[in-house]
Amino acid sequence: MATAINSIPMDVHKIRAQFPVLDQQVNGKPLAYFDNAATTQKPIAVIDALNTYYKEYNANIHRGIHTLAEKATKAFEETRKTMATFVNAGEAEEIVFTRGTTESINLVAATYGRRMVHQGDEIIISTLEHHSNIVPWQMLCEEKQATLKIIPVSEEGVLDIYQYKALLSEKTRIVAVNHASNSLGTINPVKEIIKLAHDAGAVVLIDGAQAGPHLEIDVQSLDCDFYAMSAHKMYGPTGVGLLYGKRKHLEKMPPYQGGGEMIKEVTFKGTTYNDIPYKFEAGTPNIADVVAWHYATEFITQLGKETIEAHERMLLKHAHEVLSEIPGLQFIGVAPEKVSVVSFLVDGIHPFDLGMMLDAVGIAVRTGHHCTQPLMDFLGIEGTVRASFAVYNTKEEIDRLGASLTRVIKYMK
Amino acid sequence: MSQINEIQDSIIEDFAVLDGDREMTNFYVMELGQKLPELPEQYKTDDFIVKGCQSKVWLKSELEDGRVRFAADSNTAITKGLVSLLVRIFDKQAPDDILNADLYFMERIGMDRFIGTQRSNGFAAMIKQMKLYALALKTKIEA
Repeated sequence: MATAINSIPMDVHKIRAQFPVLDQQVNGKPLAYFDNAATTQKPIAVIDALNTYYKEYNANIHRGIHTLAEKATKAFEETRKTMATFVNAGEAEEIVFTRGTTESINLVAATYGRRMVHQGDEIIISTLEHHSNIVPWQMLCEEKQATLKIIPVSEEGVLDIYQYKALLSEKTRIVAVNHASNSLGTINPVKEIIKLAHDAGAVVLIDGAQAGPHLEIDVQSLDCDFYAMSAHKMYGPTGVGLLYGKRKHLEKMPPYQGGGEMIKEVTFKGTTYNDIPYKFEAGTPNIADVVAWHYATEFITQLGKETIEAHERMLLKHAHEVLSEIPGLQFIGVAPEKVSVVSFLVDGIHPFDLGMMLDAVGIAVRTGHHCTQPLMDFLGIEGTVRASFAVYNTKEEIDRLGASLTRVIKYMK
Repeated sequence: MSQINEIQDSIIEDFAVLDGDREMTNFYVMELGQKLPELPEQYKTDDFIVKGCQSKVWLKSELEDGRVRFAADSNTAITKGLVSLLVRIFDKQAPDDILNADLYFMERIGMDRFIGTQRSNGFAAMIKQMKLYALALKTKIEA
């Protein structure tokens, strides 16, 4: 398990020095990057790892007998071990590399889902889900004539567990919810959700895209059946992610895609499939990015999740204090347990205009529905302005956000 | 036609004063939007929406003495300012002049850098819609 090696208050300026992209001016002002829930920036160790891989040992992995192939294979499989430790999987074979959370969810829907979900069955998701944890299940339900059930959420952004219990039944095959909401930051009580689902005989997939960089993840303690993550949201490269799956499920699941890597033996009469996890990794994988992901994870574990969480909690609290002072500003999503995401609206000003005005002074936020249109519909809004913080953000940057908002609002009203 | 270019040239001149300052440009564009005549609520429907814009943009046209009259609105202040530039250029022009117009002011004021690629596509959608309206009205005149 990824344990904090220290909980000494970290020096944020030393951290920032590891992220070259942060040291720049945008529109004549220092960049304040608050779009971390969309993607985080990368530490120099990750950038160097990509460079080194291509400069020194690029080769196709697994079946090569030459030295470079061996070196690349070792580095690739090293990340699998690193990630298994990071999420506390029982064994590295339970980690399948994918293109990211979206593909991980699609993989489960297309393999486990297609095999196990039948006409009249039910799949439960929540109102807080990202489109990537909605659409694959809708597609599966459509194909199988199954029904999608939705856990309601309160105005504050908290899932209604009482209603969830009522939705669970012997018809429930799969429950798929996020660990933390990308739009509102709500941390969901996934352990309880998983336990309840198991009691009803269903399996659970957790969309951990937003939890990866912030929360301690222990798939064994959670007892989840599947857990999906993206490297790029946790200081790693874009284009890779993982699916954790319990061995018992992965072994029974049919392959996702056919091709090289995923086979044991191919004849024109038929093919036998490789063991897990390779059965799900058809074709040449994204070797360089997987290799570099190890360094991003090392960055997190060296700092310690506890230290990161403490810093981000401080930022979140500070942001709430600063933004509360702004007249007409309304927070969207005020769950008691949140990752470092602040969504808000300002009376009479469209989020798009606020986003453009903040960008003009070097502050990067996200505006819109954040790929959670059903949640926005429920809240009766088109979208929000979202500032999401990472370990390299500072109180001073949040003060700038507050001051810039005040200035813009004063001008626009 | 030349009138369209005259208006474009004056827009280029106005923006030159801003000297590429993003914040000033935003404020200025929003001010332009505020000056755009109101579009009556009844036109803010899906029938008048410009497809391809991230923000909502409604655009209405009619023929008046052989010239096209445009009215527009948006749910965001900056986009409203941007569409106001197009209304300034195309309003009260003859359909043929609109159809033949070569718009060069966007490049000259550095609009790409200012609004980004995706929104530039939205802006292109507005221009296309205005030209389509002009074509429809030209057909009406000739019929």
